[in-house]
Amino acid sequence: MNAAYLEAFERFTGNGGGQGPAGLLARRREAFDRFARAGFPTAKDEEWRFTPVAPIARATWRLDAGRTDPRVTSPQLQPYRFGAADWATLVFVDGRFVPALSHRPELPPGVSVEPFAEALAREPDLIDRVYARTATPDITPFAALNTAFAADGAIIRIAAGIELPEPIHVLYVTTDAAAGAAVQVRTLLLVERAARAQLVESYAGLGSAASFHNVVTEVIVGEGAWVEHTRIQRENEATFHIGLTQVEQERDSHYRSFTLAAGGAIARHDLRARLSGENVETLLYGLYLGRGEQLVDNHTTIFHDQPNCRSWEVYKGILDDQSHAVFNGKVFVQPIAQKTDAKQTNRNLLLSGGARVDTKPQLEIFADDVKCTHGATVGRIDESAFFYLQSRGIPRAEAQRVLTYAFAAEVVNEVASAPVREALDHLVAARLGIEG
Amino acid sequence: MLQIKGLRASVGENEILRGIDLAVKPGEIHAIMGPNGSGKSTLAQVLAGHPAYTVTAGSVRLEGEDLLELEPEERAQAGVFLAFQYPVEIAGVTNAYFLRAAYNALRKARGQEELDPIDFLDLLEEKLKVVGWESEIMQRAVNSGFSGGEKKRNEILQMAVLEPKLAILDETDSGLDIDALRIVADGVNALRRPDRATILVTHYQRLLNFIVPDFVHVLVEGQIVKSGGKELALELEARGYEWLTGVPEAAPA
Repeated sequence: MNAAYLEAFERFTGNGGGQGPAGLLARRREAFDRFARAGFPTAKDEEWRFTPVAPIARATWRLDAGRTDPRVTSPQLQPYRFGAADWATLVFVDGRFVPALSHRPELPPGVSVEPFAEALAREPDLIDRVYARTATPDITPFAALNTAFAADGAIIRIAAGIELPEPIHVLYVTTDAAAGAAVQVRTLLLVERAARAQLVESYAGLGSAASFHNVVTEVIVGEGAWVEHTRIQRENEATFHIGLTQVEQERDSHYRSFTLAAGGAIARHDLRARLSGENVETLLYGLYLGRGEQLVDNHTTIFHDQPNCRSWEVYKGILDDQSHAVFNGKVFVQPIAQKTDAKQTNRNLLLSGGARVDTKPQLEIFADDVKCTHGATVGRIDESAFFYLQSRGIPRAEAQRVLTYAFAAEVVNEVASAPVREALDHLVAARLGIEG
Repeated sequence: MLQIKGLRASVGENEILRGIDLAVKPGEIHAIMGPNGSGKSTLAQVLAGHPAYTVTAGSVRLEGEDLLELEPEERAQAGVFLAFQYPVEIAGVTNAYFLRAAYNALRKARGQEELDPIDFLDLLEEKLKVVGWESEIMQRAVNSGFSGGEKKRNEILQMAVLEPKLAILDETDSGLDIDALRIVADGVNALRRPDRATILVTHYQRLLNFIVPDFVHVLVEGQIVKSGGKELALELEARGYEWLTGVPEAAPA
């Protein structure tokens, strides 16, 4: 490891980065030590075999990410707001909360949507109670690095029994002021017993310079709670984006996620869901789009720790040019987790001869009375579909766009929230060259 | 309108059409009948430009234009429509979107202004009456989860929207119960015009009770072995194909 990281950490903790309860600071230090020992993963590490992070490890990143671009204006963010001006929205520019760009309508008692600093001031032990309790530093060296340095982020808490009708949006944008910086933010979503919430978590690049985004999200879904979590990653295509989402589900809860990965030079997302109560339902949907020389990697892990749970996973990829996708889907079924129903599907569409996919399902089942299936495909658009559209007068190039969009729309349609689904549909259609 | 001369076509080494001659005038309905494997569907697909088939000899002209030189989409733009025997399912694209994309592709190719979604929906409302459908079905994905009968009705709806000069119906009657058959036939009859022509490819005479052809042609081993009026279909119904092929016909699968 580069000595700069140690210097930066001492500077960070010395400058008030360690604000908050003593426990929090101790956890940062422990995480830093873990990162310092492990260093960045290499190709020898099975979990990172297809995802060379050498360009991240080699570079010297500014770790104090204090600078933000003050010139970002609200109209500039319009394309990222889903046309829903009334959603509670926290906006972070280059890793720092910007009140003027955020929208904070009055929320029901028991609901809080806050940046770190406010949460620390209002309820100091809240962060201590939840920070890095589930997305622990041992998961990946990147998680450890984030835990050590994450100075800002969002904490969202929905108290028991509250059903929020509108999504909450946490929008992390990056400008060229973050060129050469490591931007490390953290999002915490706590949905208590029998509450209902929708979170949209967006990462968007406004500039074109390279930076390194190392982000972590923790989601706790309480007993009988219902959560829809949409993660939209559309960084600029020079950015390195490494994300970890850790989900903990208590009994009778429902968690569904939709993950769109469209940006980044190297974009890796680990999504881990632990089903730690009975009768839990977990739906993971994903869409990744690669072009140019992008590398897009999705690792998912579902821990079936209790009986009578259902997990359903569909990830789809569309790869053009020389892009490269990695999909790894792990499902662990513990001996106690009888009557598990798990299905995993990964489908990839290659639009060019130079695109490549490495897909690997990994099911480890230690219970005997379970139903677990998986399937992965890598292919091109079916000629019979091409002919069908062409025979209706649609030129081949347009037929390709329509059929590619159709492939993507099938999974976008699984998003439950209508406004989120429609916004995603427009976003994906625009990226694939389809007009409304 | 359509002139087919000496048409031969193959899949790989296997020659399926062995010299077809056929002339179709505006307003006419021609039925192409024949036993399984005679090349009926191949003829339909070759006319539409299916890439699996190679034309090795002969010519096909639509109003004087050489169809064989055209891509499948250009044939559609020239006025050819093939109702598929096995319509393709396209999950993720709604019928409404698909129909508008096709309709506008034809308009664009003909130098006409494209219709916006609102105007197109008005047009679609009218066309839905041809197949007796409510507009809700237009928000469903193309043929996805449709029954066999619904898929065939959808082909007729597409035909109604695209208004081809030459419609080729490839075994549109196969797998339909009598009610679905009647709806499909009514649709075809409703779209009949003096300036349009239809080719019906079918194994059975049944469809021809509802859509009365002007000519019937029997295709055997890639050649038209007999042509006649509508009474030829009745004769085939009574006698089977054996008297024309010289071999007993296997029971249909």
